Amino acid sequence: MATTITKPETLVGKRIRRREDPRLITGTATYVDDVKIPGMQYACIVRSPHAAAKIKGLNAKAALDHPGVAAVFTGADIKDLGPVPCGASLPGLRVPHHHLLAQDRVYFLGHPVAVVVATDRYIARDAADLVEVDYEPLDAVADPEKALAPGAPAVHPEWPDNIAFTYHQDGGDIAQAFREADVVVKQRITSQRLIPTAMETRGVVADWHSGDRALTLYTSTQIPHLLRTLVAGILGMRENHLRVIAPEVGGAFGSKLNVYAEEALMAHISMRLNKPVKWIESRRENFLCTIHGRGHVDYYELAAKRDGTMLGLKLKLIQDLGAYHQLLTPAIPTLSVIMMPGLYKCKSISADIVGVFTNAVPTDAYRGAGRPEATHGIERMVDILAAELKMDPAELRLKNFVQPAEFPYATATGLTYDSGNYAAPLQKALDQVEYRKLRQEQSNARAQGKLMGIGMSTYGELCAAGPSPALPVGGWEGATVKVEPTGKVTVLTGISPHGQGEETSFAQIVGDELGVDIDDVVVLHGDTTLVQYGIGTFGSRGLSVGGTALYFALQELKAKVKKFGAHMLASNDVTLSGGTCRDERSGKSVSFAEIATAAYRGIQLPPNTQPGLVATYFWEPPNFTFPFGAHMVVTEVDRETGAIDIRRYIAVDDCGNIINPLIVDGQVHGGVAQGLGQALWEEAVYDDNGQLLTGELTDYAIPKAHFMPFIESSHTTTPSPVNPLGVKGIGEAGTIGCSPAVVNSVVDALSTLGVRHIDMPLTPEKIWKLIQGGQA
Amino acid sequence: MKRKITLTINGKQYTDEVEPRLLLIHYIREIVGLTGPHIGCETSICGACTVLLDGRAVKACTMFAVQADGRQVMTIEGLAGDGKLDPLQEAFWNEHGLQCGFCTPGMILTAKQLLADNPNPTDQEIRHGLEGNLCRCTGYQHIVNAVRAAAKAGA
Repeated sequence: MATTITKPETLVGKRIRRREDPRLITGTATYVDDVKIPGMQYACIVRSPHAAAKIKGLNAKAALDHPGVAAVFTGADIKDLGPVPCGASLPGLRVPHHHLLAQDRVYFLGHPVAVVVATDRYIARDAADLVEVDYEPLDAVADPEKALAPGAPAVHPEWPDNIAFTYHQDGGDIAQAFREADVVVKQRITSQRLIPTAMETRGVVADWHSGDRALTLYTSTQIPHLLRTLVAGILGMRENHLRVIAPEVGGAFGSKLNVYAEEALMAHISMRLNKPVKWIESRRENFLCTIHGRGHVDYYELAAKRDGTMLGLKLKLIQDLGAYHQLLTPAIPTLSVIMMPGLYKCKSISADIVGVFTNAVPTDAYRGAGRPEATHGIERMVDILAAELKMDPAELRLKNFVQPAEFPYATATGLTYDSGNYAAPLQKALDQVEYRKLRQEQSNARAQGKLMGIGMSTYGELCAAGPSPALPVGGWEGATVKVEPTGKVTVLTGISPHGQGEETSFAQIVGDELGVDIDDVVVLHGDTTLVQYGIGTFGSRGLSVGGTALYFALQELKAKVKKFGAHMLASNDVTLSGGTCRDERSGKSVSFAEIATAAYRGIQLPPNTQPGLVATYFWEPPNFTFPFGAHMVVTEVDRETGAIDIRRYIAVDDCGNIINPLIVDGQVHGGVAQGLGQALWEEAVYDDNGQLLTGELTDYAIPKAHFMPFIESSHTTTPSPVNPLGVKGIGEAGTIGCSPAVVNSVVDALSTLGVRHIDMPLTPEKIWKLIQGGQA
Repeated sequence: MKRKITLTINGKQYTDEVEPRLLLIHYIREIVGLTGPHIGCETSICGACTVLLDGRAVKACTMFAVQADGRQVMTIEGLAGDGKLDPLQEAFWNEHGLQCGFCTPGMILTAKQLLADNPNPTDQEIRHGLEGNLCRCTGYQHIVNAVRAAAKAGA
């Protein structure tokens, strides 16, 4: 009856080139700015040139009179619409009302004040210059520590202390830990503001269909479903009249894990004008108005015994929030707190966060979101402790690691680490660099006056976000698997990939589970009308949560396929493998495609069985996953110029089981590039007036091809018990592991000059000054 | 005050009346309708808008359409002849030289010129050759692998 499809090997675990690539390498993919709708208007946003000012008046007459201008919208037009949403809640959190457009005051450079809509983008930009806004500039403050000082300008006049919230968490007995300690090391460590800089800026096309009272919103986002719910709320419209499409998304790194004013504004404008309208963010706007990341000033104290046993860790964390809360702004530093012990058995912790308003664009989730800051802190502190104790930093780490037999491991911060063998990647990295030999080489180099450094970080992270109770938004994920009547398989996933390659890795899982050819599988995402509800792509959750939902949907589907197959074979015991349902006793079989055809034809239905072959599964994860790894960096610092040469970069990452090693490599490389960007080059610099001095790509140094070292990437594999795929997540690991390894290496290089800590970015100027004996 | 321009894009001739200030990238994307080249910065830093002008890689965001009058333009859409991918496209695909794909059309066309000038580049030469094109996803390592592989394949 059927021919058997032979599938000698699995697809999972193979370096399979991506199925999303043909459209991307031929220029035929559709990003938001590629969407063109007849009658479409273009919007340009008038933004504040001041970080703090009163708006005394606004005159849009000249703009309105400009040929081609359809409308100008100002704060008065939208004052009754809902605010830009903050999804995070903390006790006592002060939440400023975040209007879609400024009302009588602006709070940060680039604050949107008005929207000009015209028939083409050139006219819209011309006319935006004709909008006259009468500002009365006010004193601004953009530095979080200065904002906390008495007499600092108040960002929001109603809260003169500039404090949005304070948050305390402790675990164990911190007082006892510090009493028992032989040694306490202290350090102020900053994690500077960064600009995410996705290569595609944000953009929105809103298309109102008045007959249906339905709106389609194309937007470059990581969270189409959440965005739909929240934008419907802002506009006061029925959610089921709003369709959100995330078309091809050109990078995000957390910056599009948000709901921005422009998304609701364009929706509103399209409805008001009864025309489609497009807004594409300029790079300048992207730097001024899309969220920034990090923005920490951290004060650490680490208590330990003379033998290196870590006892307790204290943290005072000052979080630069910016002027408003975007979707997750105040929640991000709490992630730093829960990850502050890193991979170590540090039984007592105490943390205090002060969330500070500044006249700057809000901070929010940027690749790693709170965990890079925490990892940078603990990994710097471990090195500072090692220096204090004159211990080898690798030895100190090995001494304090949570041990393999101790999992699941309850941390002092309330987490349960799922699985790990923390020594394994460190040992692998040490072997790879031939650590003892390398230290000898370093000692020889030092004898010759060279500044050679060896640095490491052993990082842990929290991924697969996550259990719903632990997140400000839901943490589950959904998947639907449809077998079409011809036996082809369509997957609808609630995640919203934008470069992570799940159209491929998910197809690999489907291919193995159903025994179908990978070319018979299509994975669709990013359209709220097409896909059942979902949460989206962030927090290294695409595969670990979305892929797991898919796995469970496939199990339900397989049960259904077997039910149909058994009925067709008049059997009560069939197996499903290699795309064939078989009765082993009779030797009869029926192919997957034949079963699909029968299921839709509906005339041979098994008793009590619905026609069709569709399964949907919503998976709620029982825990986060906790990937880990070791990065090791060998540097040489040029005495004359302060330039840092990275001689070797070794990344050993453990992300659990690997579905597609090619994609995992890409995630590691890209993550390391962003970590290296923070360590060496990138910093969002606001001056005392709240002007962004690094407001363009000319002044904000993201890595170029020739900046990057060759990354020697390898893995250890410790499957996660949290999900049946055994996967942990790899999207953020490179970024989290990188920056402390680089800084530890450079501090090691300069340690002979008495240098103990350097704040990022390690620019040649900063390093040169240190070499000259000055302050960084 | 529109001006008439005639240029060849991907082997096809176009004649249009355009404003002198119209950027070449907007002409290509909005008027001709080829959306392969992207706009990433409008300051000629990122290179997402790169096209070949008379065979040389240029950033179409900082050039006026009128400056391309009478000239030959190739965009990423014109690279695959007769449905067959260029060896560079194949190599970017095989080596996972892209993630979000936004920089990719410009990156591939810059690599095209790089290999035309230097068919056997070292890794450092590849990295320097691509320094005018930014990628935020890949860390460039797979891009370098792709260009090296394409060079080997005789792109």
